[in-house]
Amino acid sequence: MEEKVLMKGNEALARAAIEAGCRFFFGYPITPQTEVAAYMAKQMPKIGGTFLQAESEVAAINMVYGAAGAGARVLTSSSSPGVSLKSEGISYIAGSDLPCVICNIVRGGPGLGGIQPAQSDYFQATKGGGHGDYHMIVLAPCSVQEMVNLVKEAFDLADYYRMPVMIMGDGMLGQMMEPVSFGSYKSSKELAEKTWATTGTKLERKRNIINSLYITPEELEKLVVERYKKYDTIIESEARSEEYMCEDADIIIAAYGTIARVSKTAIKRARDKGLKVGLIRPITLWPFDKKPFEKYSEKVKSFLTVEMSMGQMIEDVKLAVSGKAPVEFYGRTGGMIPTPEEILEKLENMMGGER
Amino acid sequence: MATHEIILAGFGGQGILFAGKLLAYCGMVSDKELSWLPSYGPEMRGGTCNCHVILSDEPVSSPLITKPTILFAMNQPSLEKFEGKVAPGGFIIYDSSLIASGVTRTDVTGVALPATQLAHEMNESKLANMILMGSLIKHTGIIDIETVKKALTKVVPAKKPELYDVNLNCILKGMEN
Amino acid sequence: MATFKRPHSLTDITLHYCPGCNHGIVHRLVAETIDELGIEGTTVGVAPVGCAVFAYNYFECDMQEAAHGRAPAVATGIKRVNPDNVVFTYQGDGDLAAIGTAETVHAAARGENITVIFINNAIYGMTGGQMAPTTLPGQVTQTSPYGRDVQTQGYPLKICEMLSTLDGVALAERCAVNNIKNITETKKAIKKAFQNQIDKKGFSIIEVLSTCPTNWGLSPVEALKWLEENMIPYYPLGVYKDKDGDK
Ligand SMILES: Cc1ncc(C[n+]2csc(CCOP(=O)(O)OP(=O)(O)O)c2C)c(N)n1
Ligand code: SF4
Repeated sequence: MEEKVLMKGNEALARAAIEAGCRFFFGYPITPQTEVAAYMAKQMPKIGGTFLQAESEVAAINMVYGAAGAGARVLTSSSSPGVSLKSEGISYIAGSDLPCVICNIVRGGPGLGGIQPAQSDYFQATKGGGHGDYHMIVLAPCSVQEMVNLVKEAFDLADYYRMPVMIMGDGMLGQMMEPVSFGSYKSSKELAEKTWATTGTKLERKRNIINSLYITPEELEKLVVERYKKYDTIIESEARSEEYMCEDADIIIAAYGTIARVSKTAIKRARDKGLKVGLIRPITLWPFDKKPFEKYSEKVKSFLTVEMSMGQMIEDVKLAVSGKAPVEFYGRTGGMIPTPEEILEKLENMMGGER
Repeated sequence: MATHEIILAGFGGQGILFAGKLLAYCGMVSDKELSWLPSYGPEMRGGTCNCHVILSDEPVSSPLITKPTILFAMNQPSLEKFEGKVAPGGFIIYDSSLIASGVTRTDVTGVALPATQLAHEMNESKLANMILMGSLIKHTGIIDIETVKKALTKVVPAKKPELYDVNLNCILKGMEN
Repeated sequence: MATFKRPHSLTDITLHYCPGCNHGIVHRLVAETIDELGIEGTTVGVAPVGCAVFAYNYFECDMQEAAHGRAPAVATGIKRVNPDNVVFTYQGDGDLAAIGTAETVHAAARGENITVIFINNAIYGMTGGQMAPTTLPGQVTQTSPYGRDVQTQGYPLKICEMLSTLDGVALAERCAVNNIKNITETKKAIKKAFQNQIDKKGFSIIEVLSTCPTNWGLSPVEALKWLEENMIPYYPLGVYKDKDGDK
């Protein structure tokens, strides 16, 4: 087995990107993800890559647009307020079918908010953020190891589908250290050459244009509809989640990222007390994996969505459950983290008089 | 090894995160499952600082500790904040040079060590953390000194190898107490 | 200057700045100015995102907190609603000269009748010491670990020099608070920048070279020395534009 190293989530993220062949990083400092930029600033010059601290997140995402259009594997990372600024650029990237990876190490909002971990950017990530009809693939790791695996895969997904992919973490995942192994990188998809990139025609091919402007509505509609067919394929083949102790569960918790791990601790304690609780942990937030919810919605007494927000993913859970079972919510926000005790108490209340 | 959930807490600058890292690397070199979660942000500037370390035979679920089995406290506010959270039967070690009160609970083991004073006596005023760590290792037996030595080689910056002996001496000093 | 009473315009909340940080001195000078001009009741301040983010706690006047870099735009809005109020921004170099460059330049170009206090400490303090637009060539920071390389990371922005080319600017002056003499100069400059606004002269900016011992990795005393030996030669003190004077 390959040797493990102890690394912070943020640094592991950066190293995984480099191992996946990313040689361009554009960013702007913001807590709690500055370690990503610090790592890139140290490593990129050693391997002939580019680390550039932009003058703002707006500039950084447009540097990403340019580099992606020029055919490179490119990464930017930020946290909530910075991702809001990037949203315009992300819309242009999606509208121009460009591959890139964007990381959001989420902190409490809205506005300047705070710097402690949160999940209150779920809507922004999965339902838009920027303007127009578009989606990004959104991946939500729950451990440093999964961070590494998903960052590598994110570049493949981005290139394969020619679209932006977002990694959603939170301050806890970014700051914590866990043992992690990097393995060797091998693309998870068969990737075509980027013949569309603006690398200069060398007078050998027709010119390439990267653009999202389509002034005739018929043309724009056709393009967007085409793009949505691609989205359908992605919904079909890329939606992913982890199931934990669901088989006999009376209550299934839905939680993603680090809070799914906190939920696991609550589940173990609940089971010690004889409560049958399981977990569905969405790994892709978009596309949202409806299947496990459909599978269990007629078996369980109810679902409980646990989030570090006022309740955002719960809307997707409700859509997936489609009224077949009650869906309850427990959340903390503003940088507060639900504890296993709090979740357990909620579970006990839900089981109420039945026991 | 069962599961050890350790909270280390004190002022920024006391080497709390470093002490936590040493424990984390003890887990690394003995192939345990583990996590190391620091507090972060401006609060660290002169303020309080803590770190959660879990060492276990099983994969770590929540990296956030709400019921520590071990508390390592280096200032008064930390002892006050976390004493009540320690799991029954748990263990508290604290720097009695800086903490006037003591452990009030009777269902946990409390060990007091004047680590800062000992550090001054050794002319290593910044290494009270390692002295306290030595004592923690001795009293809890969660790891042996050979593991600690291996781990120490990983946490001491490669550019300053001389720090290895200095840190180790303080740990050994702590183990005498 | 001899009095050490707390200016009325400064609240009694303890400043959160690190030991040896110059932010505190400049806060005091701004507050003294507000007191002396008797404008506490008509002054509205705009706090930045940076170490001075909590400035809204420290000034006794009305305050708004802006998004990172947007203080001059926020100040414009405040000023346009009540042109007779005195509106100032207080911003760091990342805030004013990186993410907020456009807002800074355009407020200046419009001759927006506001006062800008600009703290240039050659680094991002709040986020833990990354390269700023004003970081000196060769200076080591978290994001220029091998020293700022002008080939790939470009040259520092000289804000007073740049803004002095704009017709809308009434006053652009660079100061420092590293000794009593310079503190006195800075106080005079800040007072003039506020008086200009009262006299409806247009945009005034006072750049104050400032220490960040924490992220420079120096003691407060060493930091002052570093500022004198490295920053002042690169960023010469003085008046770059004064509509009243000959510059
Ligand atoms: C949109 C956005 N991007 C990034 C940040 C993170 N951030 C907070 S303060 C700061 C820079 C502060 O540096 P400076 O303006 O030089 O002020 P100082 O802290 O040195 O006083 C940054 C990048 C943020 N809050 N919002
Ligand atoms: S980090 Fe630097 S700028 Fe911020 S308060 Fe401390 S010394 Fe001042």
